[in-house]
Amino acid sequence: MPAARRAPLGLLALGAMVGAAAILPAAYLVVVIAGDLSAALEVAFSSRALETLLRTAALTAAVVVASVAIALPIGWLTVRTDLPGRRLWTVLCTLPLVIPSYVGAYLLVAALGPNGMLQEALGVDRLPSIYGFTGAWLVLTLFTYPLVLIPLRATLRRIDPQLEDAARAMGRGPLEVFRTVVLPQLWPVLAAGSLLVALFTISDFGAVSILRFQSFTAEIYVAYQSSFDRVAAAALGAVLVVAMLALLLVSSRVRSSRRIHRLGPGTLRPTQPYRLGRWRWPALGFCSLIVLVAFVLPVGVLIYWASKGISTGSTSLHTVAALGGNSLLIAVWAAALGAVAALVVAALAVRYPSAATRAIERLAHGGYALPGILAALGLVFFSTRAVPALYQTIALLVFAITIHYLPLAIGPIASSLVQLSPRIEEAARGMGRGPAEVFRTITIPLARGGMMAGAALVFLHAMKELTVTLILSPIGFKTLATDIWTQTTYGFYEASAIPALVLLAVAAIPVYLLSEQGAAPS
Amino acid sequence: MAESVTQRKRLLAALLFLAAVLLGGCGFSTEDSGGGSNEPETEGITLYSGRIPAAIGPAVDMYEAKEDRDVQVRFAETADLAATLVEEGDASPADVFFAQEPGAIAAVAEAGLLAKLPKDIVDMVPARYRDPEGRWVGVTGRARVIAYNRDVVEESELPRSPFGLTAPRWKDRVGWSPASSSMQEYVTALRARYGEDRTRQWLEEMVDNGAVSFPDNVTIRDAIAKGEIDVGLINHYYVAQAIAAEGSGYPVAVYFPPGGLGSLMLLTSVGVLESSDRKPEALAFVRSLLSGQSQAFLTSSSKEYPLAKGVEPDPSLSVPIAKIPVSDSSLVDLEELQGTIELMKESGAL
Repeated sequence: MPAARRAPLGLLALGAMVGAAAILPAAYLVVVIAGDLSAALEVAFSSRALETLLRTAALTAAVVVASVAIALPIGWLTVRTDLPGRRLWTVLCTLPLVIPSYVGAYLLVAALGPNGMLQEALGVDRLPSIYGFTGAWLVLTLFTYPLVLIPLRATLRRIDPQLEDAARAMGRGPLEVFRTVVLPQLWPVLAAGSLLVALFTISDFGAVSILRFQSFTAEIYVAYQSSFDRVAAAALGAVLVVAMLALLLVSSRVRSSRRIHRLGPGTLRPTQPYRLGRWRWPALGFCSLIVLVAFVLPVGVLIYWASKGISTGSTSLHTVAALGGNSLLIAVWAAALGAVAALVVAALAVRYPSAATRAIERLAHGGYALPGILAALGLVFFSTRAVPALYQTIALLVFAITIHYLPLAIGPIASSLVQLSPRIEEAARGMGRGPAEVFRTITIPLARGGMMAGAALVFLHAMKELTVTLILSPIGFKTLATDIWTQTTYGFYEASAIPALVLLAVAAIPVYLLSEQGAAPS
Repeated sequence: MAESVTQRKRLLAALLFLAAVLLGGCGFSTEDSGGGSNEPETEGITLYSGRIPAAIGPAVDMYEAKEDRDVQVRFAETADLAATLVEEGDASPADVFFAQEPGAIAAVAEAGLLAKLPKDIVDMVPARYRDPEGRWVGVTGRARVIAYNRDVVEESELPRSPFGLTAPRWKDRVGWSPASSSMQEYVTALRARYGEDRTRQWLEEMVDNGAVSFPDNVTIRDAIAKGEIDVGLINHYYVAQAIAAEGSGYPVAVYFPPGGLGSLMLLTSVGVLESSDRKPEALAFVRSLLSGQSQAFLTSSSKEYPLAKGVEPDPSLSVPIAKIPVSDSSLVDLEELQGTIELMKESGAL
């Protein structure tokens, strides 16, 4: 590894700005905690907080393991084998990401819950309970595993096949080649994807509350909704931030311990796909099962409800179109801003590793572990005091959502930079180009795949975002997600199905692009 | 080469998409085209509402039409809005806060953010339905009831009060929502009436008897309708709404337990922000909410109890309002609430 170089000052300054912006919600926690330190410490170090933290950690670990267990075979099957319909499976297996966790949870209850559709269809008296750990684990896994799958596929496609060929030539079997040659190259991207799944799991509130799992975020909501105790809520939020930092540390250890990029020329020899032979049937069965449970089933329930909703005439398509426009407006801006900000952070962390750039990368993750209510209140606190003119404007809303979901974009961009040899950039420098020019002409174009992926992930989550939008949007501004919330608050599920389907359809566009990203040109 | 052409096409598509959104965004749709929320350039007032549009829409429309003023409404969870108001402090753009749950408005009042209401408004509501210091008034009331599946349970089988739900025959059949503020209010009232020990005993017996925890009233109601559980402790009007939507075949019915604190009245309430620079308009809005016509709008479809003096509840509400107890203090005391939460956590309910 070449000795670490000093980051260009301009880039460093930009990175510091991004880090400072992203840390605002966490800074708010500090302000509140400082107001009553002893009470905050008592809550943060209570045995109840510890128990809840352990329970949440167990859930998070289970979701991460299951997500990798689903994503790894699907990624390998769709990239490296002759699985029939690879393109289609790629899109279908990425689509569950468009389903918001709260929608996924109530759909799961409707489908698999007590006296739900499955039980009716089977005509049995009782099914195993889906509430508690099992249900939360199932829903969070099924709707977040694509966060591992997407970057994994991109990496699998870029892996140099010559290593594998060499290993095979030396007589190793396919499984052994996978274990000794392919898997080690996948650790960084698996770590990055798992980090996103883990952070999503610890910050989720929608799914766990519907499925009655007492997670850490549920505890934070109890602090707000029951006791209106902002100090307790902030103290618990701070515990989440610390947990997030620990996760980040583990993830970056894994990433930096394995540094892999091709040294050869810039062209990849097309890989020879593995022939599945008879194994194609279990492979197809596995993919079908996942798609059935994580996509076909929930969308089927929504379409059924929507048909009932249309027949009762409760939904105006004109309204839904306007809501969709608002959702798009926020999501596109957040995605564009998020990709640019994440590029700055990722380029600093990957290309110019130092204490300062690592700190910036960690700061940039500041808000993602926090549940929406804390992220929103942090910005309420700072913007009403510092920039009242921007309070509850589109600009502030986009800013809030961008910093909240920034880590989603950092991962894929960092992965694409890790795989891109710094020697190309060094060569350009050697030919007399300035750092800014190299960044513009070499780094950005070569990291474009990662930037597109990062932008798409931010877009998706911004489309689904609820709590921050309710509090920070301009007054009267409604999105598809807020409309779904309005309808489901009183149990009007049929009425919520149409905005939910429109949300899914719009969110499917970037998912399609994401899955195309990994598709080899034929 | 083919690769770079498709990439260029993709980039072009992305740019077009972006342009379309940005153009569309220039005229983003909100209910009003009112400008920045801090400049009093419109005649309107800003309402933070913990109640959904369907619940308050007609009452707001009536005020707008009558007074020829705009009401801009921010809808969100009541507790989230209360927390937001506390963080906003004096800089809040809100003029009026309409809370769905009782604790939230007390928290905002406690933070010193609500203005004292004038006597004429306070006098529109009986003393037991308002803040003794006059910072907020109740608007409508929701009774805590036992909801039951009438295909499975006869009304005559139901106990005289929720204390009876700890009997063995109700094992694993009862749903409740310990995390919801309405349930917590009920427990607070139990503590005030029957003391810590009796309340703790009831909570523990409920837990031992397999009471199923749901996140809120709606999910309990739906679980009863699906036969997941047979009875549940909820607010009365959720059932009225479902019957209105599903028709008379809806299997869930409500029962007002006559004994003890059987059916406690919980208030939705309204207050005016001290920081409002449009107090006269805000107060006019509160008066309007308490007018006979508004009270009818607010309660006709939801079957809530109107709280303004001289307004009669919907005839389908067979239990007279005077028969339904309000918590002994009739009010929400935050320290009491804290004690309730402790008790519920200790007894394993929460």
